[in-house]
Amino acid sequence: MNEKDTSWKELLPHLFRLEYTKMTAVLCRHFGLQHIETAEDITSETFLKATEAWALHGIPENPTAWLYTVAKNKTKDHLKHLRVFETQVKDAIRPDELQAEEDPDFTPQTITDSQLAMIFAVCNPANSAEAQICLALQILCGFSVEEIANAFLSKTETIKKRLLRARANLRKDNFQIRQLQEATIQSRLDVVLRTIYLLFNEGYFSRSNNHLIRKDLCSEAIRLALMLIENPLTNTTHANALLALMCFQSSRLDARADETGESILFEQQDKSRWSTELIEKGNYYLVNACSGNYVSKYHLEAGIAYWHTTPTDHNKWEHILQLYNQLILIEYSPMTALNRTFAFAKVHGHELAIEEAEKLKLVEHTAYHSLLGYLYAGVDEQKAIVHYSKALSLTKSKAEKKTLMKEIERLSGQNSWNAG
Amino acid sequence: MKEFLLIFRNTYNPHEHPSPEQLQERMNWLGNIIAQNKLVDKGNSLSVEQAKTVRPEDVVTDGPYTEIKEFISGYMILRAETIEEAIAIAKANPSLKDGGNIEVRAINKSE
Repeated sequence: MNEKDTSWKELLPHLFRLEYTKMTAVLCRHFGLQHIETAEDITSETFLKATEAWALHGIPENPTAWLYTVAKNKTKDHLKHLRVFETQVKDAIRPDELQAEEDPDFTPQTITDSQLAMIFAVCNPANSAEAQICLALQILCGFSVEEIANAFLSKTETIKKRLLRARANLRKDNFQIRQLQEATIQSRLDVVLRTIYLLFNEGYFSRSNNHLIRKDLCSEAIRLALMLIENPLTNTTHANALLALMCFQSSRLDARADETGESILFEQQDKSRWSTELIEKGNYYLVNACSGNYVSKYHLEAGIAYWHTTPTDHNKWEHILQLYNQLILIEYSPMTALNRTFAFAKVHGHELAIEEAEKLKLVEHTAYHSLLGYLYAGVDEQKAIVHYSKALSLTKSKAEKKTLMKEIERLSGQNSWNAG
Repeated sequence: MKEFLLIFRNTYNPHEHPSPEQLQERMNWLGNIIAQNKLVDKGNSLSVEQAKTVRPEDVVTDGPYTEIKEFISGYMILRAETIEEAIAIAKANPSLKDGGNIEVRAINKSE
């Protein structure tokens, strides 16, 4: 294999990830959302043609422009065939459909607008939250079905079925991708933000052990949020708060796992591996987020994440606890309740926190027993071991199992602990 | 689970100038209840300035505190198995330290 061969093989996957979603978004705007499969077919064929042509002739001078020209020509061909079919084969012509100008417009502004419109199209309330994330990953982020299945720890068949159903809903929807109306933005922005939030969480607290996929999910979520910030219609305080939250969380991404992919607890992380650049960006967007009077859960979570990035402020945990108090008022969830109790322990000590934690009675949750194990360690080691063991029996995560076993081993003072 | 109404009574207006510490303490108390998923309605604080009592024969008097030394400052609704449990939750409220009291009443619901 000569050098020419290897270089296009490296470039094309990269370009695919970068341009596939843009191209599809522009073509969807061109054809209308009900023809999303046509748009995807043309995009796929474009890349297929690139594989063939570049293998033969090498990389063209401007690969991206090359791709767009091919996509344009393929669109023209498609419309021509269609017109022949419509006028000469089919009797009933519906003139309203596919009146689009022949040339799809691949200017940067159109690309951005189309992608933004695509986010709003994908975040269709008719689909479940999980289906929306799957669709977003496939249509907006260019993930393959296998990659999505990997991220969700699901079978590819399950994901395929979910995507099919979600796409059917997408086609039925009368959503106009051509021009994003202010009213549509208002009514869907919350769903869009939630989808991006869930997308990020899927990466940050991923069930998948694949570190690369997790990082990809997080950076894609950030990219989508940035797109919202860049448009005046969607640059809201909530969107800024969400972006701030994701920047703060991402700043610790590299410190959260060791070389083997095993997760490292917050307190044991090497703080020099936190990204100061992302922390500063987080600060910037958090300030922007606070220009209004509305406080969303993203504001509160960003606030908590902000305090986590500040090393040793005297009142840090009191601030965090108060933010959790407000957060839990907006939206109760067992995880928020547990995290709040952790902050409570930092402020009021383990013994008072144990009382509060036990009232939660979340006995089926791994995190509940992990927390009680942590709180009892140093107070009542026997009880700590009981809770850690219970957590061990409940968790499915290998990394968490390892961490828990280490703690049990440390507490019981046995070096030969072996859980098989 | 039954629902209980907590009625807060005070001899002073607790909403006038709470210190940051007092606010934190109140929020922590409330947070503990929500964390247990026992809050039904966080209720409201009741105004001290705009308070009148309407009596028969077209008599309207100033707030309830002309005749009694304490007035209702707020209310909330929570969920608990028994009244004893609701009482235990109320006991932890910081307003008790400042001379306030809390009336706990089970809510009768017509099924």
